[in-house]
Amino acid sequence: MATQADRADLRVSLRRRGIDLLSTLAAGGAVVLVLLPLCAVFGYLIYSGIGSLNWAFLTQTPKPVGEAGGGMANAIAGSVLILLIASILGVPVGIGAGIYLAEYARGRFGDIIRFTADILNGVPSIVIGIVAYGIVVLRQRHFSALAGGVALAIMMVPTITRATEEMLLLVPTTVREAAYGLGVSRWRTTLSITLRTATSGVITGVMLAFARIAGETAPLLFTAFGNTYWNWNVNQPTAALPLQIFVYAISPFDEWHRQAWAGALVLIVLIVISVSAVRIAAGRGMLKGTS
Amino acid sequence: MGGPHLSVRYAGVRTDRAVLGMPDRLRVDWKFFFQTDWDPVNEQFGALSFVYGTIVSSLLALLIAVPLAVGVAVFITEMSPQWLRTPLSFTTELLAAIPSVIYGLWAIFVLVPLLRRSVQPWLARYLGWTGLFAGPPYGIGMLAAGVILAIMIIPIISSITREVMTAVPQQQREAVLALGATRWEMIRMGVLRNARAGILGGGILGLGRALGETMAVTMVIGNRAEIAKSLFAPGYTMASVIANEFSEATGDLYLSSLVQVGLALFLVTIVVNVLAQLLVWSVTRGIPARSRA
Repeated sequence: MATQADRADLRVSLRRRGIDLLSTLAAGGAVVLVLLPLCAVFGYLIYSGIGSLNWAFLTQTPKPVGEAGGGMANAIAGSVLILLIASILGVPVGIGAGIYLAEYARGRFGDIIRFTADILNGVPSIVIGIVAYGIVVLRQRHFSALAGGVALAIMMVPTITRATEEMLLLVPTTVREAAYGLGVSRWRTTLSITLRTATSGVITGVMLAFARIAGETAPLLFTAFGNTYWNWNVNQPTAALPLQIFVYAISPFDEWHRQAWAGALVLIVLIVISVSAVRIAAGRGMLKGTS
Repeated sequence: MGGPHLSVRYAGVRTDRAVLGMPDRLRVDWKFFFQTDWDPVNEQFGALSFVYGTIVSSLLALLIAVPLAVGVAVFITEMSPQWLRTPLSFTTELLAAIPSVIYGLWAIFVLVPLLRRSVQPWLARYLGWTGLFAGPPYGIGMLAAGVILAIMIIPIISSITREVMTAVPQQQREAVLALGATRWEMIRMGVLRNARAGILGGGILGLGRALGETMAVTMVIGNRAEIAKSLFAPGYTMASVIANEFSEATGDLYLSSLVQVGLALFLVTIVVNVLAQLLVWSVTRGIPARSRA
């Protein structure tokens, strides 16, 4: 009788152990399945990108259809221009809003802003493109690098705001009180003590936002528009690396496909470098913020 | 025909009105979202096929992504050895750092041929009777869009899931284990059950991303304004039609129809995101927001 119960117990526990093992395998399998596309994307990028990457690609403008050679130099420069405009417009607003939320906002209004920032973060980039079209392109009556920059700036703001707020809140209140105790005014304390203590964390947030917008394509389609020639005028249509990749990828020409891969490789290398830099900076930022 | 809207003197005012979607709403009203014809030449604008494409591709993506993302989160927070945690979460987050256009490029040249050659014939043979996998396997189409979207939203779902699972108190786990539960039973009863509202929130947040995702989808969905039952058939989404046609839209009605599609997309993503945010907050409330592990 006892043995029968024992056996039943054993069977139940075997079944439970079996399910436990299966669940572990399933979760591990999910990890493998998720990492597979990541490896495939990077593998193809490096494999196809390096083959087509050469000096001409980085220094020349696109050649007409059918001619071999040419490159994306103007698109790389255009991306730099647009990202510069976006940073100049977006970073101060983002940091300012973050400072407000961390240091000044009390009660409901702060919550509303925080909530708005989170919602803005989830607004599709193509919709933000329409907004930039409405406020810049319609007024200027033509596409421009400025319009592209405005679209990307709007996308930067919520990320920077939330990161700045988080980082400032990490600075201990005692540090602020010490400054007040020395008779330092509030705005001075915020800028020279609190913000300075949190500098590397704030920079981390800015770079995260930067990495996020660097590869954005959708909002540039009808703001920066693209251009086959060099352009340094903020009021003129400008080429951008992601736009060029898109146009080349959906074209029917092999040569352009190769260049799209090369462009994608250049873009991803830029982004991975900034994300890794963020990681390193974040590691240091933590140490500095709590000291 | 509204004429070239940038040439007339008062054009600025008129197109501002157009951009606000005003003339469009007055003329087309709600029927806009329930008509399928999209014929810019004859000024027939109905957005139903875009709405359909957006919803179907996003749901398909969720169907694929949620189980995988939860699996990854469970593995990272509960099962993986300590030393593997940081590299694993870093690599899954790297998936989120890849730009949409690069996913699209990869999908065109790697994923689509793979679907066309191996996956779609297999699906057609064994599941063809459902009608969902019928028709010629082009590769390009709704299925490809769903798969690439799934890959793109896995990081966000899994990072939210990880966040809410970490928010479950350690005592919960210990209590269930003390009752003699196996690890899986502990995860199921102690962790997943407590975190389910947050996981749902993560899924909805992923849905929000999928609804608005533009470039990768535009590159593989086929861009045809039709409603087909088969997932092999090409489709069109709200975001893709804006991406493809906005810069060449001539005429106020055409432009404002596209803006109206954008407005609908905007409102839907706001509702979806607010819902998700509230769900996630309901679980992580009281715990500091910092959890970017």
